[in-house]
Amino acid sequence: MSETSYGRLIRDGLWSNNQALVALLGLCPLLAVTNTAINGLGLGIATTAVLVLSNATVSLIRNLVRPEVRLPVFVIVIASFVTAVELSMNAWFHDLYKVLGIFIPLIVTNCAIIGRAEAFASKNHLLPAIVDGLSMGLGFTGALVALGAMRELLGMGTLFSQADLMFGATAADWSFSLGANFQGMLLAILPPGAFLGMGLMIALKNIIDGRQRKAQPAKVEAAPAGLESGAA
Amino acid sequence: MRFSTITSPHSARPNSVSRTMLLVILALLPGAAAMIWYFGWGVLINMILASVTAVACEALAVRLRNRPVLPVIGDFSAVLTALLLAVALPPLLPWWLTVIGVAFAILMVKQIYGGLGYNPFNPAMAAYVLLLVSYPVQMTSWLPPEMLNEHPLTLLQSASVIFTGALPAGLSWDALTMATPLDAMFTQLDQSRMLSEILAQPLWGDFGGRGWEWVGNWYLLGGLFLLYKRVISWHIPVSMLGSLLVIAMLFHFLDQEAYPFGMFHIFTGGTLLGAFFIATDPVSACTTRKGQLVYGACIGLLVFIIRTWGGYPDAVAFAVLLMNMAAPTIDYYTQPRAFGHQGAGRD
Repeated sequence: MSETSYGRLIRDGLWSNNQALVALLGLCPLLAVTNTAINGLGLGIATTAVLVLSNATVSLIRNLVRPEVRLPVFVIVIASFVTAVELSMNAWFHDLYKVLGIFIPLIVTNCAIIGRAEAFASKNHLLPAIVDGLSMGLGFTGALVALGAMRELLGMGTLFSQADLMFGATAADWSFSLGANFQGMLLAILPPGAFLGMGLMIALKNIIDGRQRKAQPAKVEAAPAGLESGAA
Repeated sequence: MRFSTITSPHSARPNSVSRTMLLVILALLPGAAAMIWYFGWGVLINMILASVTAVACEALAVRLRNRPVLPVIGDFSAVLTALLLAVALPPLLPWWLTVIGVAFAILMVKQIYGGLGYNPFNPAMAAYVLLLVSYPVQMTSWLPPEMLNEHPLTLLQSASVIFTGALPAGLSWDALTMATPLDAMFTQLDQSRMLSEILAQPLWGDFGGRGWEWVGNWYLLGGLFLLYKRVISWHIPVSMLGSLLVIAMLFHFLDQEAYPFGMFHIFTGGTLLGAFFIATDPVSACTTRKGQLVYGACIGLLVFIIRTWGGYPDAVAFAVLLMNMAAPTIDYYTQPRAFGHQGAGRD
């Protein structure tokens, strides 16, 4: 990977090697907190921040750390950043912090993060590692928000409710509602709804990919995408 | 078993899928008719609405999958799923809930896995659970049976309630609906009332709720017809009803005022419908004989456990779905010994 194509990195992270929809990493927070779009966005941004910082750090120390101890070192790096993010959220987004609860510290165990550290950042220079962390994080955030929006809309008939938790009091009226008469499908905001919604999203992505592949059958992929993400 | 004396080649009448499904639908009809008798026209409207929706969804899914539509529609499995769901739904359920339930059963539980024969879960019960978990208020608004019903609705009134939600003048949902006997029993037991006290209410017949027990009888009759026609084998119904009866009687003898007697569990709720029509679903149930005994017994046990200590009004659907999950494992461990081999057959 001496010659890195940033466009490819971004496309991989956002779509073709999306950590949530393709690699199926980090499913525990993905399924647990996405009962509203705002919860998904909050956790997604926190994860993205940790991912960028840990990727950058791992890339910087990649030549100093002996391979035998690399995993514990990565975990310590990730845990430090998660603690920092957790403390900052507690300080500045306290209400959102209370809603997300245990899932902020649990970002440490999100396999997407250590997966990117091991598979990409520990083998690449600083800038590609940061771009990779950012695009993977944004792809993960996108999946979280989409799933959260779908479940919130089906389950409660609202969208972006409680946006003030994140964007302050001005955002209190951002929420969109299908009306008070909408009788939500309670199952959508319960855990089974997360699994069903996740399955439907993956199916949708596969349909779109299939359509695209059919649209341009002549073009042969140079190398199978996502080869470098075999770990984790 | 026929012992014909003709010489080979023998050819029996083919036991096609559509014939089996039609026989099951036929066997379901007495119970369904009894439900219409006791709970009014709403049941019939639900059945028709569910069947139409099921066939439409099935046709849509099969078209999307580029398969020929008519043979799939013609096997009647979608209609059977719709009818099984419809008789489990409250008679005055708003129409869009019936449509959501049936669409979920056909599209998400059946066709997404590959259609008839591939679904790991019973579609009707999965849809029932979806509706029960999502819309608990509507799903527990049952009508009282005919003999206790002070405000019987005409066909037009039922249709108007189902399709527009408009109740007839002067009636409220509270006046119209009533808890199911099973719900009434366990709610009151939770309030530490004694069994003898609860059973003094007019809600009860000989074994279960008035009206309900007769619906159960007709399902039992339909089930016996299926057994006679060899559409189902005796293993699952007998082991399910047997284990439910045994465990319920055991607890009843331990504390006669806190646990309903065994026959109550059999004749209330969806037990008989479940034992003969739902647990025996050849797709999602166990296939080995020994496995079917285990499967049925576990369903009976789960029904008792969930009814007694769970929060939902009936347990058959949950029990069947849980055991659907276990069915492949049970099948794996109960493979019959191949003839001529020693040991368990699996090496």
